[in-house]
Amino acid sequence: MDQNKKLLRIENLVLHFNTLQGPVQAVDGVNFELDTNRAVVILGESGCGKSSLAKAILRLLPRNAGAYSGHIYLEGKDIMSLSEEEFRQNIRWAAISMVPQAAMNALNPVIRVGDQVAEPAMIHLGVDKAEAFSLVQKMFQHVGVPADFISRYPFELSGGMRQRVAIAMALVTSPKLIILDEPTSALDVLTQANIFNVLKRLKKELGIGFILITHDIATSSELADDVAVMYAGQIVEVSDAFRFFDKPLHPYSQKLMASVPRLHGKKEPEFITGRPPSLIDLPQGCRFVDRCPVRFEKCVEDPPLIEQAGRKVKCWLYS
Amino acid sequence: MASETEMVMQAQKSDQDRKVILSIDDLHVWFELKRFGFGHVGYVKAVDGVTFDVHDAETIAVVGESGCGKSSLMKTILGLHKPIRGRVLFEGRDLSKFDTKELHWYHSHVGYVQQDPYGALPPFMTVKKILEEPLIVGGVKDKKERLYRIQKVMEEVKLTPVNDFLTKYPHMLSGGQQQRVVIARAMIMEPKFLVADEPVSMLDASVRVEILKLLRALQEEHHLSVIYITHDLSTVSYFSERIFVMYAGNLIEKAKVRQVLDNPLHPYTMALLTGTSEPDARNAHTFKELPPGEPPSLVNPPNGCRFHPRCSKMIEGICNVEEPPDFEPEASHLVACWLYKENV
Repeated sequence: MDQNKKLLRIENLVLHFNTLQGPVQAVDGVNFELDTNRAVVILGESGCGKSSLAKAILRLLPRNAGAYSGHIYLEGKDIMSLSEEEFRQNIRWAAISMVPQAAMNALNPVIRVGDQVAEPAMIHLGVDKAEAFSLVQKMFQHVGVPADFISRYPFELSGGMRQRVAIAMALVTSPKLIILDEPTSALDVLTQANIFNVLKRLKKELGIGFILITHDIATSSELADDVAVMYAGQIVEVSDAFRFFDKPLHPYSQKLMASVPRLHGKKEPEFITGRPPSLIDLPQGCRFVDRCPVRFEKCVEDPPLIEQAGRKVKCWLYS
Repeated sequence: MASETEMVMQAQKSDQDRKVILSIDDLHVWFELKRFGFGHVGYVKAVDGVTFDVHDAETIAVVGESGCGKSSLMKTILGLHKPIRGRVLFEGRDLSKFDTKELHWYHSHVGYVQQDPYGALPPFMTVKKILEEPLIVGGVKDKKERLYRIQKVMEEVKLTPVNDFLTKYPHMLSGGQQQRVVIARAMIMEPKFLVADEPVSMLDASVRVEILKLLRALQEEHHLSVIYITHDLSTVSYFSERIFVMYAGNLIEKAKVRQVLDNPLHPYTMALLTGTSEPDARNAHTFKELPPGEPPSLVNPPNGCRFHPRCSKMIEGICNVEEPPDFEPEASHLVACWLYKENV
C-alpha cells in the first residue's frame, strides 16, 4: 500500500518532560502505522508512556514538556509542522478526537450532557445549535444512549452511560481517528462488554481508525486488529492481533501474556519479576534486559525494530 | 457411578467436618433514606437476605458488579454496619451483642485488605508506624517485640530488605509495595480470617498476579479463612474454593469455583462469564450477547426475581411474581432461579 494512503503514520515520535531530576523520556522514538477502519491497541503497564503517546499525538502537552519531535502523518500530511492555531482548528477534535480515561471526570458536572456533546460540533463544524443537537441525537443513537438523556446532567447518568456520552462527544465531529485511553478500566464487567460491543459496531459502520490504549490484555483483544506493545517509552513489538494473541514474539509480550489469568484451563499465571526502569535513568541497551529471562551478551546494545514475517520486534533474539 | 457419589458424599462430609468460623444468617442491611435529615422516605436494601457459612481455612469469593451490595456485606461482617435483621456469628458468637472490649477482640482476629492501597495508607506515617499502630492498639507493650513482629510480617509479605522499607512513606513505594504494606497491616495481629476487598483491581496486570499469589501463600501458611471480594471472575479460580455470585443485594448462585466457571446455572452468572474476556483475537470479530439494561435500584428492587427484567429466560407469571428460593440442581451447587424448579 502507498505510504501516503495510510491513515496515520508516526515516525520517531519523541516527547520528554522536564523535571528537577532530569528529562523523563515518556515517549522515546515511537514508530507505528494505522490504516483507516482498523484498530491498533497500545499495550503497556502503567508508567510506560502510553498515555503520553496519546497526548503527543493530540499535541496536548503539559507545561513541563521538553523535547517534542518526530513526524505524525495524518493521511500523508505531516501534522507536526502545523502551527498551534492550525492544529487546533483542523486536527484536534476535528480529525483526531479522544475518549479520556475516566469519563466521569471528563464531563463538566454543571452542564447538561447534550450541550457538552454539541459544543465541539458547533465549534468545529460551524453549525448552529439546532443542527448540533440533531447531530447529538444521532450520535446518542449510535452509542446507545436514550434520546431523552440529552437534557440530563452527568451525575444523573450511570458510569456506563457517561462513558457512552464521552464516546459520543468524540464522534460528533466525524473525526478520522479516535484515541481511546483506557475507556473501560473503571467499569463493571457487563458495562465494559457493552461498551466494546458499541465500539465494534462503530468500527463497522463508520469506517474510522481507532487507537486503544490499555493495560488490560484480555479486553484489548475485543477491538484489536493490530497490537503494539510499549515498554519504557518505546514500542517493542508490532504485530497483527491474530498472531500476537496466539504467540507473542518479544520476551516482555510473552511474559505479559503469561500474566493474564484465564477462566478455563489449568495454567497458573506468572508474574514479571522486577520493575520497569525509571524513565529518567534508562539502561543503555535493551530496556527490558534486567527483567528478561532469555538475555544474552548482545542485549547490552540497543536492539533495532527487526522485521519478522510482517511483524516487528525490538529484540536481538530475532536478528 | 457409585464411587462418584461416594466421592461427592465424602467431599461434603469433609466440608461439614471443618469448623464453621463465620456464619451469616438471613442478613439484611438496609440504609434509611431521609428527606431533609428526617421524614422517612424508604430504605436502600443493600444486603437483603444473605445466608452462608465460612469454614476454617476456606477461601470464598463474592463476585458482583458495583452497587450489588458486596461492600456493604463486607462492612457488616467487619462490624462497621449494623444489620437491620439477621446475624453475623463469629465462632458462634453474635457480633451485634459484642461490647467494646469484645469488638476489640474481634477486630484483632479479622484482617482487612482495602481496594485502593494508596488511599488506605496514611500519607504522613512511615511503614514502621503504620504497622506498629495495630500492635499498640492491640496491647503489645514491649517495644522490642513490636519491632520483631513488624520485621517478621514484612518478611512474610516480601517487603525486603526490611530495614530499607521501615522508614519509607507510602508515596515512596510502588503500587504493588503499597498493597504489600496493606496486607502486612492486615496480617500483623495474626488474624483468623481476612476480608480482601478487590485487593488487586487498582494494580497492573503483572503485579496483580504477584499479589494474588502472595495472598494465597499467606492463606495456606496460616490456614486463614478468606473472603475475597471482586468483580473479576478471571482471578477467582486461582484463589477460591467457592464462589458466591451477588446481584442486587442477594446471593443468586453459590457453588464450588469450577462448578460456576464450567457450568454456570443462573442466567446472570452466564452473562458475567460471557462478559469476561480472554485474550483471543477472534473476540474482535464477534459481538457478545449481553442482558440489556443495568442493575436495578436497591431502593425499589423489582418484584420476584430481581434479575427478571433483564433476563432472556424469564417465565411470565413466576419470575416476576415470586422471589426464587435456592434450588440445588447438582450437589453443593445452589442457585436462586425458577428455571431449576422441577415441573415448572
